[in-house]
Amino acid sequence: MRDPVCGMTVGPDALRVEGYSEFGFCSEHCRKVFIADSTRYAHQTDSDSEGSEVAEARAEERAMAAVGSSSIHLSVEGMTCASCVSTVETALSAVPGVIDARVNFASNTATVDTAIEVPASVLTAAVVASGYQATEVVEEDDTSDTERVESERRYRLLMRKFWFAAVVSLPVIYLSYPEVFPGIPEKGSTALWWIWLAMGVLTIPVLAWSGSQFFTGAWGALKHRSANMHTLIATGISAAWLYSTVAVLFPGFFPDEMLRDVFYDVTAVVTALVVLGTALELRARARTSEAMKKLIGLQAKTARVLRDGTEVDISVGEVVVGDVVVVRPGEKIPVDGVVVSGSSAVDESMVTGEPIPVEKTEGATVIGATINRTGSFKFEATRVGRETMLAQIIRMVRDAQGSKAPIQRTVDKVSGYFVPAVMIIAVLTFMTWYTFGPSPALVYAVITMVTVLVIACPCALGLATPTSLMVGIGKGAENGILIRSGDALETAHRIDTVVVDKTGTITRGKPSLTDISAFQDLTEEEVLRLAASAEKGSEHPLGESIVRAAADRHLTLSEPSQFSAVPGHGIEARVDGYQVVLGTLKLMADRGIAAGPAESRLESLAEQGKTAMVVAVDGELAGVVAVADTLKDDSTEAIARLHRLGLEVVMLTGDNHRTAQAIAGMVGIDRVLAEVLPDEKATQIKLLQAEGKVVAMVGDGINDAPALAQADVGLAMGTGTDVAMESGDITLVKGSLTGVATAIELSQATMRNIHQNLVGAFAYNTLGIPIAAGLLYPAFGILLSPLIAGAAMAFSSVTVVTNANRLRRFKPTHREEVS
Amino acid sequence: MDVVFVNLAGLALIGLIAWYFWMSKPTGMLAGITSDGTQEAFIVVKGGYSPDTIRVAAGRPVRLVFNRQESDPCSERVVLDAFGVSAELPQGSNVPIEFTPTEEGSYEFACQMGMLRGKVVVS
Repeated sequence: MRDPVCGMTVGPDALRVEGYSEFGFCSEHCRKVFIADSTRYAHQTDSDSEGSEVAEARAEERAMAAVGSSSIHLSVEGMTCASCVSTVETALSAVPGVIDARVNFASNTATVDTAIEVPASVLTAAVVASGYQATEVVEEDDTSDTERVESERRYRLLMRKFWFAAVVSLPVIYLSYPEVFPGIPEKGSTALWWIWLAMGVLTIPVLAWSGSQFFTGAWGALKHRSANMHTLIATGISAAWLYSTVAVLFPGFFPDEMLRDVFYDVTAVVTALVVLGTALELRARARTSEAMKKLIGLQAKTARVLRDGTEVDISVGEVVVGDVVVVRPGEKIPVDGVVVSGSSAVDESMVTGEPIPVEKTEGATVIGATINRTGSFKFEATRVGRETMLAQIIRMVRDAQGSKAPIQRTVDKVSGYFVPAVMIIAVLTFMTWYTFGPSPALVYAVITMVTVLVIACPCALGLATPTSLMVGIGKGAENGILIRSGDALETAHRIDTVVVDKTGTITRGKPSLTDISAFQDLTEEEVLRLAASAEKGSEHPLGESIVRAAADRHLTLSEPSQFSAVPGHGIEARVDGYQVVLGTLKLMADRGIAAGPAESRLESLAEQGKTAMVVAVDGELAGVVAVADTLKDDSTEAIARLHRLGLEVVMLTGDNHRTAQAIAGMVGIDRVLAEVLPDEKATQIKLLQAEGKVVAMVGDGINDAPALAQADVGLAMGTGTDVAMESGDITLVKGSLTGVATAIELSQATMRNIHQNLVGAFAYNTLGIPIAAGLLYPAFGILLSPLIAGAAMAFSSVTVVTNANRLRRFKPTHREEVS
Repeated sequence: MDVVFVNLAGLALIGLIAWYFWMSKPTGMLAGITSDGTQEAFIVVKGGYSPDTIRVAAGRPVRLVFNRQESDPCSERVVLDAFGVSAELPQGSNVPIEFTPTEEGSYEFACQMGMLRGKVVVS
């Protein structure tokens, strides 16, 4: 059946309108819209079902657009009636590229599906032209806000319910224990009968209001032939109340005087405690998503852009790709882009987890939501709205938080049987006490049955994994570590081997000058100046690194003339009237230059994995320069941290063994796999796995994709702002090796937390239920009061969530903390 | 005498609990087909999923539209583990989940805690 208003397929339970039995409605809103204009919708659906050409054409358009389509959300203001809805929808549908536009009158929003990239501004303009106001909604924003309000409202309601039940509980407890409290009339007296009746009446609103969610929740589940925590509590508290009420109103039902007793205290106190537990759990659960809220809160609200040469402040949703955005010190960068003028230091810690501000000059990429610290600059917007890095991160984190860790699949199997099993145990308990229990057997049977129902806590089991996962993945995002799924997180904690790509991961991936030695009366600076001047025209990376080194030392270079390159060996050029030759020993020999004295130096440099070149001036040996790919500042510390975690670190590289060993020696790597061709990386991982190792591969998310996929966990080093593009189970926003150690530490901490929760929840239930059933009674005479059971149940789930929240204090270890 | 009666009644009740919660036959509903060929079903989330079994054909895109009509936070997220998709369900809004099943079988969707369950039967 289809909803005639929004066209959605609805089930048999859908809302109805009298007189139109053929229609069902997805929501109250659609039902209202239909009632307001029933003739139109009823008629329109008729023509639809005839399969009009229009519908077919639209279907074709939709099918064609299945690839590359996207939807944009607009907030529309000024709509007053259902006809406004169709005006706005028509206006939006008329925009080229729009496949479908749906307006929700109740929430004043429009959802527009587009076949091609249609800027939000074009859509808003179309709405404005039809007489209404519209702005783009960045969807993350508003759902989280309504959720927060909803959760707060629910918390306050639960607390009111708790206080009511608690206030009723006080006199009820007092009057329920004549053996403890004085002044209570004797059992069997008329006065006590009236007191009991009053207690029965007082606890009715406790059940009906404070405990109403137990009954609605139980009924909702019962209709689906399932059972949950509500089923157990509702059965428990109503059994206690019913028994008591029968004892008061129909005492003849219990021939034995001893059986005539009331347990209204169980009803009131258990309701109060469980409601309080639910409220506290709600509070604690709200904190588990704090990291996500922080991310959402990072989004800038406004942007200052240049429009027609003047600076205007606009809302961030109106920024389009290509806009030039002006940023002053202390301001938030609104969207992603590339600096076009000016320079500054930018604090990117909130997105990358990197605490030190990053220098930005012309051509540098800036990330939306980061904070400009020192200078002013202008940048061109390259990604806006849903495409920004932050929006991608938010989506990735949200998806990951919703995924399941494999361990939970086991728990799920149990939880499907848990509640009915507890109900069966409760019945068995009743039967056992009734048959074998001491007198009054019926009272014992009822009380132990209620205790079993009340103590069982399926919530603790169900919450154990998802809450920890939620906090763990959120914590990762705060540290610039994007964990893609619960699967990745769980596998990451089992890793024993980390394979690291050398170039670009351990090293900077760019050669730079490391050594200069002079052999004649020239200074080292002069040798470098001549070599760099000769290389000035070179496009070779080694040449570039020499030129860069000269520039770093503020040397003034001369223009070379008669430049010629000898491929594979070096270059020759005239600089300031000198003939400069720069290259290998072989080149020197070819030119008849005696380079004997440099040979041992060259040997030792090569030993260190460096590329050394001889410099000759006017046919005489002048010096030696060496370049090498240098280590990133944090590589050594990061690898030491991995070792401290007990992991074997393997370096994978296409370089020769000598260079590879040299680098490995410097950072303390255990095992080197050198001379590996790019397409062999995945095979090498497979070989390690064949040794029985659980392997993590760290590499570039785009070039190393096959190796990352082969590894048990692929960690992609972020290379740009398009984080969603990176393949890999875990993406490190800041391409730094320390993130790998942090990611593994975090996964270990999270899995430890999950295990604590699961062990706690299982132990609680497997110990609590038998004790509640009275297993300790025959031997020790210990019988649990249902009030204690209710308290235990209420706080067991709070404990689980609170334990998960401890993960929020997770901090990566640093060198100074270990020592 | 009444002991025998109570125990027989207890056993009957146990049987009833086991039968009612564990031996239910899925009723299910066949997903509708939209104009663009997507198999679509609308699922109300309230104490459970209605309908809780959706029958679809393999190889065609499926869209399950969830509408959560309760404030109980237990059902605030739905997870379709087999297809790696999940969604938050703000109260009262229609939230679509899309995927294309390629192999026949029964795939469960559930709340994050695994208490509410439904399934997609692909044939």
